[in-house]
Amino acid sequence: MTARSEKSGALPRQWLWLLALIVAIALPWVFYDWGHHRQSGFVISMLSQMGMMAIFALSYNMLMGGAGLLSFGHAIFFGLGGYSAIHILNGAKAGTFPIPVELVPLAAGFAGLGFAAVFGYMATRQRATAFAMITLGMGELMTVAAMMFHNFFGGEGGVTTDRMIDFSLFGLSYASGLQVYYLIVAWTVLSIIGMAFLTGTPLGRMANACRDNHERAQFMGYDPKTVRFLQFALSGFFAGIGGGLFALTYEIVTFDAVAAPLSANALLMAYIGGSTVFAGPIVGAVLITLLQSGLSLLSNAWLVYVGVLFIAMVMFAPTGITGIIQAHSPIARTGRMRRLVVPYLRLVVPGLAVIVGVVGMVELLSFLTIGAAQGKTLVLFGRTIDVNTTAPWIVAAVCLFGGGVWLRVEGRAFHRVWETLTAELKVSAP
Amino acid sequence: MEVFLVSALNGLVYGMLLFMLSSGLTLIFSMMGVLNFAHASIYMVGAYLAYETSRFLGFWPALIVAPVICGLIGAAIEIWGLRRVHHNGHIAELLFTFGLAFIIERAVQMTWGMIPVPYRVPELLDFPLFTMYGLQFPAYRGFMLLISAGMLVAIWLLLTRTRIGLIIQASLTHPQMVSALGHDVPRVFTTVFAGGCALAGLAGVIGGNYQTTEPSMAYAMGPIVFVVVVFGGLGSLAGCFIASIIMGMVQTFAVVVDGSLGDLLRPIGIALSSDNFLGELLTIPLARIGPLLPFVMMILMLLFRPRGLLGTRDT
Repeated sequence: MTARSEKSGALPRQWLWLLALIVAIALPWVFYDWGHHRQSGFVISMLSQMGMMAIFALSYNMLMGGAGLLSFGHAIFFGLGGYSAIHILNGAKAGTFPIPVELVPLAAGFAGLGFAAVFGYMATRQRATAFAMITLGMGELMTVAAMMFHNFFGGEGGVTTDRMIDFSLFGLSYASGLQVYYLIVAWTVLSIIGMAFLTGTPLGRMANACRDNHERAQFMGYDPKTVRFLQFALSGFFAGIGGGLFALTYEIVTFDAVAAPLSANALLMAYIGGSTVFAGPIVGAVLITLLQSGLSLLSNAWLVYVGVLFIAMVMFAPTGITGIIQAHSPIARTGRMRRLVVPYLRLVVPGLAVIVGVVGMVELLSFLTIGAAQGKTLVLFGRTIDVNTTAPWIVAAVCLFGGGVWLRVEGRAFHRVWETLTAELKVSAP
Repeated sequence: MEVFLVSALNGLVYGMLLFMLSSGLTLIFSMMGVLNFAHASIYMVGAYLAYETSRFLGFWPALIVAPVICGLIGAAIEIWGLRRVHHNGHIAELLFTFGLAFIIERAVQMTWGMIPVPYRVPELLDFPLFTMYGLQFPAYRGFMLLISAGMLVAIWLLLTRTRIGLIIQASLTHPQMVSALGHDVPRVFTTVFAGGCALAGLAGVIGGNYQTTEPSMAYAMGPIVFVVVVFGGLGSLAGCFIASIIMGMVQTFAVVVDGSLGDLLRPIGIALSSDNFLGELLTIPLARIGPLLPFVMMILMLLFRPRGLLGTRDT
């Protein structure tokens, strides 16, 4: 009975996946530059970034959401996959390692798997905080090593390659970014299918069990260490695929690809998108990449917004964006969404006030120093603002604190409505 | 020999600075189970606050002002932040401090810019204390030793001779029991968190002009402080002290040792080239391997003795 109801619920979700795929294929043509008859390079590179980051964030979530392991060194496998892909491509170009371009990400994935098996053998003997600390140390170790060893990592300059090796399964040259983008789409689809499949396997289920209660999992006769190790190694495999695609796209890999900021990015993407839902990290990857390429052009302080968003998520919505959406589905299914409309509308005004306050404060602060040094003027909400007068500061502060207090009041009212709704659902449920 | 003595002194200075930072972190970690990622950020904030204070009031008031402000920041973080995410578990707390460290770094970059600020040693202490084998030992380092030793004694007296110290000590090992005895453990948490942040701020005041005061100083110091805490062991200030001194010595001595692992093999007739990976590993000068050593030591410690040097519980 439950299996059937799950299946009927999964049908629209499959359509959603198909829709996402169609959008991913169509988007480069939506932004086609008809005046010059060429693709928009900015859009293509942003979409490519989204694809590889989606794989990376999903592979990270195999650890965080799947196995409850908080890693601070996941970029190791992304980066090492990238370095390996560079060397494989160079080998293919020289003729010593004949492999078509299309399969290079797979080879990079196997490199990631191998490295993850080595690092994971040590790291997964521990769990929780000790595991987090070991991965943090490994990440630091790898970054220093990448700058130190020249044979494999090329020192601080990194290693470069040429992806046009004249050996392709489909006779493509990969001279244009569009061809690489479609290769990324293909590998992203394959990786998503692979990882979705893994969540349903006994290994994926046991990883969940070890996350929730590792002692009970042990009593059932499974070794949590082995489960953690296998999950870690497989997540390294998919991170390696992402790294291979990175190497193919940019044709250069430097120590940045193994360094802590990228590991932190994986964490941010998976958490903000939602670690409890399979598709969450994809949403996070798309959102963060959009912020990265869009917001960074508009504001010096875009990383502050990402940080504030992250903290707000940790404090108020630990299930992430997709988790919030999912929490609405039982209410929507029973047709009670109408009763949430008014409380939501009442949140809009104070919410906007807080956002205006935060953005105003952050931008004013950043323009006092960085902006002034760059000689720019502050244009905020369509108006040029002089940061040396007190008026904009007062407006921002009033918006922030007034809006904050108001939002708190409205938030409590919203919470009460939410509680009554969920209580009603529990009563009406069979 | 002269190199050895000078390095030992420098290592001691650096180790004491590390201890000042990590003692607060050890207390917080042992009591609340929160590995505070923002601890090194507070250290950075302390350095910047000291710079601002020294611009207007001079260096000496900064010794009081900056730690007090850092302590207040710490209390605010604990009351309005950590306590709220506490019921979501340790991972949520870790993530919260992680995000906080992220924001503090950006905020400092925005407020004071990307380049280092000219936070200098006060003129009163800007002279060589003594000359040893032709090498000068700056008086400021002596002053740092004095401050950190004073802090060590103060912490020790506070923890062993006062009532609040006894409660803190008890909370380190038996938090549930302490709360069962009717003590307000959350308030003890806030006190310890604020105290730890104040210590980090003090370390920032005296460390900011010893190193350079720049936005990346938190990131440079943070992982090392974690290494010290994990290496020293949970719930043990003595272990933390030993680990700090060891890390200070290791980092200082690695820089001055001239040679590589490969040099040890040369007397037995093995010459290495740096063409292959193993050869490269063995021919790299030890001075460049230095930054790697703390992390190697931490990973080995976690693998073989997860409770650390003198720890009482597993990490």
